Amino acid sequence: MFVLRVNGRDRRLDVDGATPLLWALRDHLGLTATKYGCGAGACGACTVHLDGEPVRSCSITVADASGRSVTTLEGSQDRIAQSVRKAWRKLDVVQCGYCQPGQIMAAIALLRQKPRPTDSEIDAAMDGNLCRCATYQRIRAAIHDAAAGLGS
Amino acid sequence: MTVSRRLFLTLIGVSSGALAIGAAFRLSAAGAPAAAPDPDSFVRIGSDNTVTVVVKHLEMGQGVSTGLTTIVAEELDADWSQMRVEFAPAEVPRYANRLVGFQLTGGSNSILNSWDELRNAAAAARQMLISAAARHWRLPAEEFTIEKGVIRHPPTGRQADFASFAGMAAALPVPTEVRLKAAAEFKLIGSPLPRRMDSADKVAGVGGFGLDQRPQGLLRAVIARSPRFGGRLKSFDAAAARAVPGVVGVVQVPSGVAVVARDTWSAIKGREALRLEWDDQAAEMRSSDAILADYKALAATPGLIAADRGDATQALASAAKVVEAEYSFPYLAHAPMEPLNATIQVTRSGAEIWTGSQMQTGDQAAAAAVLGLAPAKVKIHTLWAGGSFGRRANAGSDYIAEAAAVAKAFGGSAPIQLVWTREDDIQGGRYRPMAFHRLTAGLDGDGRLVAWRHVLVSQSIIAGTPFEKFMIKDGIDATSVEGAADLPYAVANLRVEVHNAASPLPVLWWRSVGHSINAFAVECFLDEVAAAAGRDPLAFRLDLLADRPDHAAVLKLAAERAGWDKPMPAGHGRGIAVHGSFSSLVAEVAEVSLGADGKPKVERVVTAVDCGTAINPDQVAAQMEGGIGFALGAMLRGAITLADGIVRQSNFTDYEPLRMSEMPVVETHILPSEAHPTGVGEPGVPPLAPAVANAMAAAGSARVRRLPLSEA
Ligand code: FES
Ligand code: FES
Repeated sequence: MFVLRVNGRDRRLDVDGATPLLWALRDHLGLTATKYGCGAGACGACTVHLDGEPVRSCSITVADASGRSVTTLEGSQDRIAQSVRKAWRKLDVVQCGYCQPGQIMAAIALLRQKPRPTDSEIDAAMDGNLCRCATYQRIRAAIHDAAAGLGS
Repeated sequence: MTVSRRLFLTLIGVSSGALAIGAAFRLSAAGAPAAAPDPDSFVRIGSDNTVTVVVKHLEMGQGVSTGLTTIVAEELDADWSQMRVEFAPAEVPRYANRLVGFQLTGGSNSILNSWDELRNAAAAARQMLISAAARHWRLPAEEFTIEKGVIRHPPTGRQADFASFAGMAAALPVPTEVRLKAAAEFKLIGSPLPRRMDSADKVAGVGGFGLDQRPQGLLRAVIARSPRFGGRLKSFDAAAARAVPGVVGVVQVPSGVAVVARDTWSAIKGREALRLEWDDQAAEMRSSDAILADYKALAATPGLIAADRGDATQALASAAKVVEAEYSFPYLAHAPMEPLNATIQVTRSGAEIWTGSQMQTGDQAAAAAVLGLAPAKVKIHTLWAGGSFGRRANAGSDYIAEAAAVAKAFGGSAPIQLVWTREDDIQGGRYRPMAFHRLTAGLDGDGRLVAWRHVLVSQSIIAGTPFEKFMIKDGIDATSVEGAADLPYAVANLRVEVHNAASPLPVLWWRSVGHSINAFAVECFLDEVAAAAGRDPLAFRLDLLADRPDHAAVLKLAAERAGWDKPMPAGHGRGIAVHGSFSSLVAEVAEVSLGADGKPKVERVVTAVDCGTAINPDQVAAQMEGGIGFALGAMLRGAITLADGIVRQSNFTDYEPLRMSEMPVVETHILPSEAHPTGVGEPGVPPLAPAVANAMAAAGSARVRRLPLSEA
């Protein structure tokens, strides 16, 4: 039995400690915004925040996340998260949309660290998040737009 | 303007003050499939004043739900905020794709095939709402207008919303002729206002994907399949798999052995514990190099003649200069971001399936056949698909049939979600075919193109499928030679030959199908021929397109916006390519810089597209951006290769799509047009790789003859 703080609530998980956090969130807690893309740490679709830092939930076990604070897209509602969502909608970033929860979680983490990221800082922060629909140009523009919306 | 074709409009249902209307009409064009005798149902006005568009296509990212909604809102003069989308059930002929006669999303033709039927349906609904208001207020119908969802009678100042008259309108006869707007009257079509219908939910992470379905009591399943294509299961031992906590069953299915568990991870762990033996007698055992060698040998023999004009052999023999080049292409996986999946529940009276269904008619039939049900007993809930690029539509409905087979073998009534892991996806076949091309051109003494010979070798995508009847003629698969046999360039002596290679490895259409291969060969080779003739690649193309003004127009627009004549710094180059596919034309100019290692960085791509009436210009641009990024990733390092028949790649670690830092700046320019709209989901793909390869050559690098660049 493991206890994780997920989106501000303590959640009990009666699973094997080696279970990737991704599957615990999706299958056991029903938090399906966190996506399965590769299960190998190579696509970023499963990005969540662990104690505020962006991590690949497919590459972290429930045992490792135990006692820590996990935030998924469902629980990301602060000012930065709202600004990112707004920019994403304004620029119609999404296509199939499947990678976008991970993109948005990575963008939120970036803007927390760097309120006014440059293009190369965006590249560095977002390069691990694949978008098979190649919405990259709009993701970049939307991050700039969200940053502008937040002031600096 | 009235509709030029005979129009049948039928009221199909009235409930609780809601108006439902559909239009079934016969296309006047000769050879076009006749409309269904049953009425269609596409527009529903609710008592809450919403207008719901019933979308018969799959939303897999290309924006079809927004495009079709725009068409309806335009003719209905609805307010954009009242528009809603609902995905149609699996039902033919009502929701058939008019171009193929069954329900299918593909060929970039969703807008093209829905344009007339949705305009007519919406215009009829508009007319009926006005008639109802006119009768109710006893005022002349001609004096009414509709603006942003408000029915108005300007002389008296009366006004009402749609909901007020939807019920009354439903009781009126359906007009046999409707007035459609002229392009000059469009308010939404061509404007930036309609935003994507799915943006809000997708950025909120609200689950509309197949993999997000969680019906009560859901079990998950993964299947162990033959590591070699064409391999068959000899024996298996499931004892260790059954002992994995969470695993509730192990069953044999036609494609292998399925492990059913309470959650996905347990199913995956259970599969790892299976012991399997495969019979490889009928399997593909070759490595990629051996397959390529076989293709080269085939290319040296006479092929099927796909185009023959003049006498190419003779013209080549007497040409002043002969240019020749060979190109090779790897297998490519589609790798949609959402791994393939289907959730199925068998009930006492039938079955329900939740999935991103791209070919509902086939999916329904395949599941029904496995379960021994009538197709109508299988209910398909079409959900968003997290990408497809062609993968989700295939003749056997592979993963849908598998889900049904698992449900049947496992028994019971619990819903089961079949999940393909990413490894299953990358290694599971249905790839874009591997190909080998040899091109030979002849120039006369003045540097004019006089002969063109193109030999193509690849597996046929269509052979052995029900599509054979209308897509294979005289042994030639239309998708193998598209964009090659119909070479747009004026050349008096042309010969195109194709060879159908054989393998148990299944191949499939991959975003832009044959065009994605053939445009590379044609447009790269034409650049080489222009260089041999000492000509500018743009001017050389324009000369050869004198009687193809539409091709010339996109080429000129892209070149002009890219600044074709502006000099580039050393180590930089500009390349151009044009290609027509899916009734649209796209020209792209790529700007490339070469790094110290000789590797290219694509800095910018300027695109000109002619897609007829652009319904949502911003979404046209999005598809150009997406198509370019998709094509560039494949060009840089996309390859599925075999070692003794076993796929070497397994995940995004070694089959790596384009990343953010590699995305060029993409600029899209749309040719103004009032013509019938055509496709944009695929046509942005074909010109990209040749434009980049041509830019690399212009920058001083060797000609690219083998894809991907990582293997050149
Ligand atoms: S699913 Fe975790 S990185 Fe791809
Ligand atoms: S929007 Fe489809 S994968 Fe990113």
